[in-house]
Amino acid sequence: MTVVNATSLQQALEALHDHPGARLVQGGTDLMVEVNFNRTTLHDVVALRRVNELKRWHIAEDSQTIRLGAGIPYAEMERSPLCHHLPALAQAARTVGSPQIRAAGSLGGNLGTCSPAGDGLPVLSALDATVHLQSLDASRDLSIHEFMLGVKKNARQPNEVIVAVTLPVLNGFQGYAKVGTRNAMVISAASVCVVHDALGGTIRVALGAVAPTVVRTREAEAWLASQTNLAAPLTVTPELAREFGRRAAAECSPIDDHRSTASYRRHAIAVLVERLLLRANDHGKSPR
Amino acid sequence: MTTKTSTQRRGALGSSALRPDGIPKVQGRFAFSSDAWADSMLWGATLRSPHPHARIVSIDVSGALAINGVSAVITAKDVPGQLTYGLIASDQPVFASEMVRYAGEPVAAVAADHPETARRALDAIRVDYEVLPPLVDAEDAISGSFPAIHPDGNVIRRQRIIRGDQSFVGDVVVEGYYDVGMQDQAFLGLEAALALPDDAGGGVELFVATQWLHEDQKQIAACLDLPIEKVRLTLGGVGGAFGGREDISLQVHCCLLALTTGRPIKMQYGREESFFGHIHRHPARIFMRHHADWDGTLRRVEARVVLDGGAYASTSSAVLINAVTHMQGPYKCEMATVDGYAVRSNNPPCGAMRGFGVVQACFAHESQMDKLAAACGLDPVDIRLKNAMRTGDRLITGQVMDSVAPVERCIRETAAIPLPEPLPADPDPLLIPGGAGLTARRGNITRGIGWGVSIKNLMYSEGFDDYATARCRLANGVATLQFATAEVGQGFVVLAQQIARTVLGVDTVLLEPISTAIGSAGSTSASRQTWMSGGAVDGACRLVRERLFEHVAATHHVDPLRLVIDGTDVVDSMGTLRVTVTEASKDLTFDETFEHHHRATEELDENGQGNCHVAFAFVAHRAVVDVDTELGLVKVVQVATAQDVGRVLNPLAALGQVEGGIAQGLGLAVMEEIVLENGRMRNPSFTDYLLPTALDAPEVVVSMIEEPEPQAPLGAKGIGEPPCISVTPAIVAAIRQATGKELPRVPVRPHDIVFG
Ligand SMILES: Cc1cc2nc3c(=O)[nH]c(=O)nc-3n(C[C@H](O)[C@H](O)[C@H](O)COP(=O)(O)OP(=O)(O)OC[C@H]3O[C@@H](n4cnc5c(N)ncnc54)[C@H](O)[C@@H]3O)c2cc1C
Repeated sequence: MTVVNATSLQQALEALHDHPGARLVQGGTDLMVEVNFNRTTLHDVVALRRVNELKRWHIAEDSQTIRLGAGIPYAEMERSPLCHHLPALAQAARTVGSPQIRAAGSLGGNLGTCSPAGDGLPVLSALDATVHLQSLDASRDLSIHEFMLGVKKNARQPNEVIVAVTLPVLNGFQGYAKVGTRNAMVISAASVCVVHDALGGTIRVALGAVAPTVVRTREAEAWLASQTNLAAPLTVTPELAREFGRRAAAECSPIDDHRSTASYRRHAIAVLVERLLLRANDHGKSPR
Repeated sequence: MTTKTSTQRRGALGSSALRPDGIPKVQGRFAFSSDAWADSMLWGATLRSPHPHARIVSIDVSGALAINGVSAVITAKDVPGQLTYGLIASDQPVFASEMVRYAGEPVAAVAADHPETARRALDAIRVDYEVLPPLVDAEDAISGSFPAIHPDGNVIRRQRIIRGDQSFVGDVVVEGYYDVGMQDQAFLGLEAALALPDDAGGGVELFVATQWLHEDQKQIAACLDLPIEKVRLTLGGVGGAFGGREDISLQVHCCLLALTTGRPIKMQYGREESFFGHIHRHPARIFMRHHADWDGTLRRVEARVVLDGGAYASTSSAVLINAVTHMQGPYKCEMATVDGYAVRSNNPPCGAMRGFGVVQACFAHESQMDKLAAACGLDPVDIRLKNAMRTGDRLITGQVMDSVAPVERCIRETAAIPLPEPLPADPDPLLIPGGAGLTARRGNITRGIGWGVSIKNLMYSEGFDDYATARCRLANGVATLQFATAEVGQGFVVLAQQIARTVLGVDTVLLEPISTAIGSAGSTSASRQTWMSGGAVDGACRLVRERLFEHVAATHHVDPLRLVIDGTDVVDSMGTLRVTVTEASKDLTFDETFEHHHRATEELDENGQGNCHVAFAFVAHRAVVDVDTELGLVKVVQVATAQDVGRVLNPLAALGQVEGGIAQGLGLAVMEEIVLENGRMRNPSFTDYLLPTALDAPEVVVSMIEEPEPQAPLGAKGIGEPPCISVTPAIVAAIRQATGKELPRVPVRPHDIVFG
């Protein structure tokens, strides 16, 4: 077993090239659980913890997009200044595990694992993120919707590192809400991200933990756009929000398991979509 | 000189004396049993059945033995003595041989040079199973519709309670079914032990985290076919127990591997294995019917209690007795018809957990009291006050309540605790239902208030003499205590020091290792150690003090009966003599051992009549909850409680028991459950077996009711179990009030609130 403690992206890519099939580890908060449960036997490991390039973020010169290194810990997404640029991501980050997990866990790892309950993923989906992948001799960009393939399945090739994601800088409400049976540190039973692009005139909704992979509710989104003008400011009635929730929930395919039931999950999605849309509607308006 | 000065002395009884293990635990320096280490030790590991019910056709260990670094593989045929063990009935195999009766049952164990080698060795053992349909429904065990899954049959015990007019019908009758899910003790310090074979061979020394060293010793020696004195146990650092360490887990495996290999063996479970390695709280299904007069006076209870004991008996029969004998709750009631079953199934074995059968009974009787209140047009507090039990009342077993029984005071003092502030218009989102998930806003939330009151027996019952032994030595002003009382986190080590400081007037109290080198202390369970081992330490210290007084009296020519301890001095209460205890004990050793026994109890007769319990303690809980009724999410805002404690011996330790118990009862109310599917556990991890976090824990406001118990050596009742018992129904009652739902089952899950 070889462990390469890479200190640069180049070194990590070379190590992946030299040790085909090596496992990458960033925070280790998914990988080490797999190891401890004997679900995986490690052969070669490339550790990304010291790769500073993966810990950086910046806003593009045209101020239209923001690029986040795959190794940024959740703890940093929760805090200023990142939380102002990406409020839904900050809220999602706050729901992940405990402070210890948030100090180590990353979007790279969330994408790498690609669990349907991964809390970063609905935010990336609602924001139509671009995922940047790189290997020693090539790099490619994939839309988040092409990247996520199924339960713990993604489009990454074994020789690729997820280096970053690019997200739009939007003007308008962004919110995330997650239901679990505990008030903190709980795996999602159902989660929702709602993003309002006030200039583009869209509401985008992504659902977590209610299908093999994150669900974008495109039909409900189109329906909402046909019902009301989504260019700011929103004028959503409670009845419209309720119907939107109902329609969004119709697009998911939850299951019964030990964490919850399919019917509860569908119900929770409807409620959360409705509530988040009403929050979007209230956003920037003085409280009544 | 007054007793006041002596109780206020630093570190004496009544003070929040510093625990000797407190700072090391906080600093991470405390050695838990999983930290034990010996040169040249090997690692033990256990192979467990994946099936809840199967016949073992064959076991082939040759593949494991062929692995480099594997020293031994043992199975049932290597057990030299008794093939089974058990706390009450010896019905649980050390290793399954012909049949496996639950998923997770040990089938073999290995010793290897590294945990990873041991793991590979387990993978290399070939077990051929003929899989059988599992018995997973308790009613199938009772009806006899399922063939016996164990030679002892499918019903572990049945006990009725018949008292008074069996055809009485009240003016008001309320009834219902109540279900309790399977809770886990979820102690943080996992099972671990280190076994060292004797130099001479033939004997073994075991360092282990347990609740009762001498009971382990007895069971291990029987399985190893060794005389008791050849099996010596020392307590390893214990990180919590809650009943889950009463039964044997890895003890016999570890010792047998040590004897087989002649090498020290270390075994430790991970979190997942721990779920399979110890017993759980009994899931229960209880039907109850209450009969009352128009004015709400309780007259008769009827109940049918079914506890699923899982594959082996463990303490099921005693848990059942506790459940059935506590069905009336802390209320006066003349007539009863109770039928109780503890049954066997292919579910994981169940046994002792904090509250021991009374948790299940209390959820049912307190839910019923609220129904009765509603039917009689009374509020929950008034119905409970109206029926509150008093000293001198007779229980449904015919036993006279002769403990201090301040039930009414518990209720009134709880009611007097101020309610929390109403939720502000713009609350901190972390502090409302959904917490960090940011699911709710103020407008989504409804508040509810609920009540629960309980009665809990203390010590062991039904004729069992669970005595405790302690030894005290005094030399040069330093006391040394020895006892086998398992310190599992409750703080007996500091209490013992406090007792010695108070009785003997010493500052320095040393503690010998907790081991089988002295007589039994009984189990650290049943809320009993402050009373029992506290009584033993107190008794030993008093004997030493008598000897000291005799010595001082002889030296100074005074009557020993005039001598008292004042602070750290021996003082003549009627003269001028004053010598320090240090001076008085200079160059001398006083050494005394004392056994404390509680009064005798009786077995129940076939109608459930008899003085089966030693003593009782009471508590009231009022819970305030906020509920997001649309999503079914709950935040417990406040729990107010007044607890009958007899006397507070260490305020901080007492508060810790109350707060911790409330957190555990809250867990059962809204989240903690082992989810089973056809005998298999779906969530054996802390990812999915949810324990309350800091954001789930409520504000706890406590009133300690101090009415010293005359029967108790220190006037103090056991306080460990009561905090976790009636808080569960109180929280559920509060959720019912907020939602209008019936919620007959705990834990209450979000979908129960939404669709219930
Ligand atoms: C106690 C606990 C609580 C948790 N709670 C939550 C929660 O509430 N919500 C949630 O979403 N998750 C939760 N998780 C899971 C985990 O923390 C997250 O999925 C986290 O995002 C993983 O990030 P990491 O950096 O630790 O990943 P790692 O464990 O380092 O890696 C995970 C996977 O991704 C791969 N990988 C990592 N980085 C890269 C990269 N740059 N390029 C390609 N592949 C990569 C690894 O090879 C591995 O397969 C929890 C985990 C624990 C232990």
